[in-house]
Amino acid sequence: MAIQQIDPGMVPYQILDVEGKLVGEMPDLSAERLLSLYRYMQLGRAFSNKIIALQRQGRATTFGSLAGQEATAVGLAAPLQPQDWLTTSYRELVSLMVKGLPLPTLIYAFRGFTPEHYPGENHCLPIQIVIGTQMLHAVGLAMAAKISGDKAVAVGVCGDGATSEGDFNEALNFAGVFQAPVVLVVQNNGWAISVPRHKQSAAPTFAARGAGFGVPSVLVDGNDILAVYAVMQQAVERARAGQGPTLVETLTYRIGAHTTADDPTRYRSPEEVEAWRAKDPLTRFKRFLVSRDMLDEEQDRQLIAAVEEEINEAVRVAEAMPPMAPDSFFDYTSASLSPRLQEQRADLLRYVEPGQGE
Amino acid sequence: MLMTMIEALNHSLTLELERDKRVVVFGQDIGVNGGVFRVTEHLQEKFGEQRVFDTPLSESAIIGSAVGMSVYGLRPIAEIQFAGFLFVCMNQLASQAARMRFRSAGAYTCPMVVRAPYGGGVRTPELHSDSLEGVFMQTPGLKVVIPSNPYDAKGLLASAVADPDPVLFLENIKLYRSFRLETPEEYYTVPLCKAKTVQEGTDVSLFAYGAMVPIAVEAAKQAQKEHGISVEVIDLRTVWPLDEEAIVASVEKTGRAVVVHEAPRAGGVGAEITAIINERCLYSLLKPVGRVTGYDTPYPVPGLEDYYLPNAAKVLTALRQVMEPA
Repeated sequence: MAIQQIDPGMVPYQILDVEGKLVGEMPDLSAERLLSLYRYMQLGRAFSNKIIALQRQGRATTFGSLAGQEATAVGLAAPLQPQDWLTTSYRELVSLMVKGLPLPTLIYAFRGFTPEHYPGENHCLPIQIVIGTQMLHAVGLAMAAKISGDKAVAVGVCGDGATSEGDFNEALNFAGVFQAPVVLVVQNNGWAISVPRHKQSAAPTFAARGAGFGVPSVLVDGNDILAVYAVMQQAVERARAGQGPTLVETLTYRIGAHTTADDPTRYRSPEEVEAWRAKDPLTRFKRFLVSRDMLDEEQDRQLIAAVEEEINEAVRVAEAMPPMAPDSFFDYTSASLSPRLQEQRADLLRYVEPGQGE
Repeated sequence: MLMTMIEALNHSLTLELERDKRVVVFGQDIGVNGGVFRVTEHLQEKFGEQRVFDTPLSESAIIGSAVGMSVYGLRPIAEIQFAGFLFVCMNQLASQAARMRFRSAGAYTCPMVVRAPYGGGVRTPELHSDSLEGVFMQTPGLKVVIPSNPYDAKGLLASAVADPDPVLFLENIKLYRSFRLETPEEYYTVPLCKAKTVQEGTDVSLFAYGAMVPIAVEAAKQAQKEHGISVEVIDLRTVWPLDEEAIVASVEKTGRAVVVHEAPRAGGVGAEITAIINERCLYSLLKPVGRVTGYDTPYPVPGLEDYYLPNAAKVLTALRQVMEPA
């Protein structure tokens, strides 16, 4: 498959079919790397389940389920190098893990705090809440890399709902006009909270949007980790080589609720969800790995147990981290505190008991 | 060298591009055309299309890409062609650029400048004249700078570019070419967040910024000449955060205050200054604070804008009112 400026078509690019059988060209990945991708996918699933459980116990804030989208999330981040940038929404936490963001940092955020030393060196912007906004940041980062003569690439990720936002379309346009080394990814999971895909756009694919902006685009099976990886690898390296931006649409499905505050039974049928469960990206990849003798049931159980233990340990670390100081929200408003803010901070501290918050 | 504000800003941008290769200048029509007001004239010729470039007509993308560029390490200077169009990019400016430091606990910052012409009295189409600074006073993380003369414009822009946080730099259209002022050709800075006493006085403190400074000075002159009122004129220069020390010190000296701005009255700079005076030096006040401002209406059509805008007569009336015996 070569990314060219052509109609992305209606048939998603696939390497593994739903049964996990190889139907396309195998990307050049070692057995170790393949297992690592699989482990990240399991990590994402287990992480999502864990934080939702913590939220039910009052130990975590609102959380958006990641289940069902692990192939896209892992596959889009795996080809990135340390100097590359990633701007995401809240649905791509697994991408951030692949890029190196420590688990306790993410968990601490879902305790309702920002870590004091947010790891900027991972080049992941904080998860974006305003839909579609981050796509322009990715384009700006990529433009800066190009202006600076660096071989860095930026990847921006949003969902299907974000394609209706102006910023998404402006990002595509800027990416095309400035030939920015950027890959813009639409994780089409079928639903924007309760609004189905067909109500976001009358166009049959979002990938087709690329043509209108002169940006090459690819439609890919978002539940096929190998296809997502292969497409992203090629798009990222195209960008790095100075060949410009790519739009990638990954077809996937949000198995879980939008967030812990959402009840999807109000707007979609159990049959639809079950049909997509049958296309679970984890099952598909596992079948492939088993068929290639890279994994057996026992190893899989051990891997899942190890992943769960890693998450439990991260939860222990995050829950042992001291809460942010009650007045710390003053610290990062600007580089230095105006006299007015110093005064407001002092005022707040008059109402804080010593040791409060700890 | 005698310069208009346009020339002073052009000088400042030239020096920034020369001094720091991280500086990039972009916006609509700022390249070959040199900007619709010519602030960026010849910059593309001198520094190339890589560093001085036209963008598509997308305000949100101009600011959103500047956010990415500044996080990466560049020093973007973005132009929004008219301040009225800042509404189009409120999200990128207010919820993104201004909050990046906060959202990442200081890991990422947005040292960027957004330049935008604003202000009335020049018979422009709709939304080319609006003064939006009040909107941005409730945007924590963003500074708002408004120069009133060529010298300050050049030095304040240099400080804005050097600032580690985003700065909204509003340039009054009427002041662009209204007068020339002796302005050094070399690099210098005028500090942000510091007001300037334009003229000292003992009876009333008159706070102004942008195009209201010459009007304040004119009103002060008439007040002195015709009514013997000694007015202290203070040019705020940075309207957010305000130089509270300068405000309080002046009011403690004079005991009376009038604020003048083009922007609507409600919740604006005048309201905030009045509140600061109430909180910090109410008992120095001999009379309630006067406000001469735009009205709480949309900025009117060109045929009516002179009725809307503050002028020396309106300011003089306010000065006389605060001088009446209590």
